[in-house]
Amino acid sequence: MTDRAPQPTTAAANPPVQPLASNLLPSDVVRASAMPHITAPDRQLTKVAKLIDVSKCIGCKACQSACAEWNDTSPEIGENVGLYENPADLSSEMFTLMRYAEYENPATNELEWLIRKEGCMHCEDPGCLRACPAPGAIVQYSNGIVDFIHENCIGCGYCVTGCPFDVPRISPVKHVSTKCTLCSDRVAMGQGPACAKACPTQAITFGTKEAMIAHAEERIEDLKSRGYENAGLYDPQGVGGTHVMYVLHHADQPSLYSGLPDDPQIAPIVEDWKGPAKKVGLAAIGLAAVGAALHGIFARPLKVEPEDEEDAEGLVEAAERRAREDRA
Amino acid sequence: MNIDLTRRGFFGLAGAGAAATTLGALGFGAAEAAEAVNVRAFKLTSMTETRNICTYCSVACGIILYSKGDLAASETAELIHVEGDADHPTNRGTLCPKGSALKGFVRSETRATKPRYRAPGGTEWQDITWDAAFDKIARALKDDRDANFIAKNDQGQVVNRWLTAGFLAASGGSNETGWLTYKTVRSMGILPFDNQARV
Repeated sequence: MTDRAPQPTTAAANPPVQPLASNLLPSDVVRASAMPHITAPDRQLTKVAKLIDVSKCIGCKACQSACAEWNDTSPEIGENVGLYENPADLSSEMFTLMRYAEYENPATNELEWLIRKEGCMHCEDPGCLRACPAPGAIVQYSNGIVDFIHENCIGCGYCVTGCPFDVPRISPVKHVSTKCTLCSDRVAMGQGPACAKACPTQAITFGTKEAMIAHAEERIEDLKSRGYENAGLYDPQGVGGTHVMYVLHHADQPSLYSGLPDDPQIAPIVEDWKGPAKKVGLAAIGLAAVGAALHGIFARPLKVEPEDEEDAEGLVEAAERRAREDRA
Repeated sequence: MNIDLTRRGFFGLAGAGAAATTLGALGFGAAEAAEAVNVRAFKLTSMTETRNICTYCSVACGIILYSKGDLAASETAELIHVEGDADHPTNRGTLCPKGSALKGFVRSETRATKPRYRAPGGTEWQDITWDAAFDKIARALKDDRDANFIAKNDQGQVVNRWLTAGFLAASGGSNETGWLTYKTVRSMGILPFDNQARV
């Protein structure tokens, strides 16, 4: 009997090589796409979170390297398109990307280089999961991780539309949707994500959500004492909070950081499409079926009565008579 | 395979199929069962761990190499994963982007894995043995030292200098390696002595 892996508390640890039983089980799923009736889990895992302190980030891209190394993705060698970003965008082979924004602060008249690590935010209320029509293709565990189950994915791309942060990417090769898993395979073994472990400045930290919020508060206090009055935590409530949070020096203007949404919301079209529109559509199909059945039962083929035959003969004769007169 | 099917029969079957899926969509009967949910299998289970030092710069970060197959048990080992060593005092598990991508460096097709020799003016590399390589280096050093060693300067003071050869050492070594390298190089009288920390 192998021991069960512990719950993760930090990314600064060496992963085990001895066989351990996973501690992130199918029974820990609290929500799954297109499966409204999920058996409630018999335990509640401690909520986890990754905290990205953009004020400590030096933009070195170690997180990107570590991510590709751990997840065995291989981004193509691209072309320089005149950006610091490399590759130029997230892809099915690059789950996280450093975004670089140059900002001239009007208050100080100084140039600020705002660097943000982009990737899945692991929303408490995930728009991708709500939008997904494939049963069990997107799941949420009770620790907050939102994961894509590729075996169930149909590659329709609804999750891309549903995501308020524009994160998922469809693999052009495997035709399934991909994104950061928060290293769910490492978390299942009591470890933190590969990016958080690699980060040389520890701008990325990982732990329980509670511990990360406490850590963020210390950082914010520090930033405020250094003149960043608007420093704050980005844990947007429009999506129920996230399990990837940012400490921003300009928390009053998240959009400065390469278009981080100021107030992310799940697009109403997702709700309408999956809610009223679906019900109306199904009702229309149902009514059509009922109508067809009733028609089949009550409507009978037209019968030809003797009077009809007589009328028809009269009509034919009249037509023939007219034809003869025309010829004459 | 031929299926004997009349036009009427074909429409009948198609209609029945459409009706069945419609009923499914309307909520009659269970939706198609989803694959069991499971996280990706943990890839390091039962791997061999080897502690090492990153080859890149003078910071000398501790790393752990995870490989499949145990060389000590005469198996072929394949490097599967590299990550920072959280127990190492230098980096405490962190790595820079180059260090994080060490697996690619190790498994690169163009990586030098054996000594090779290119003759002066030659264009082709040829494989040689380690013994031949060491002999060649020793011969070249000895000849150069014998020809250019300065035992005394103009004032007759003992200086024991050898200025025509230089030594580039590894900055990522331990203190002990550094001590040995320093003693070896200085005992021969070599003055130009550096490592890649300043490159």
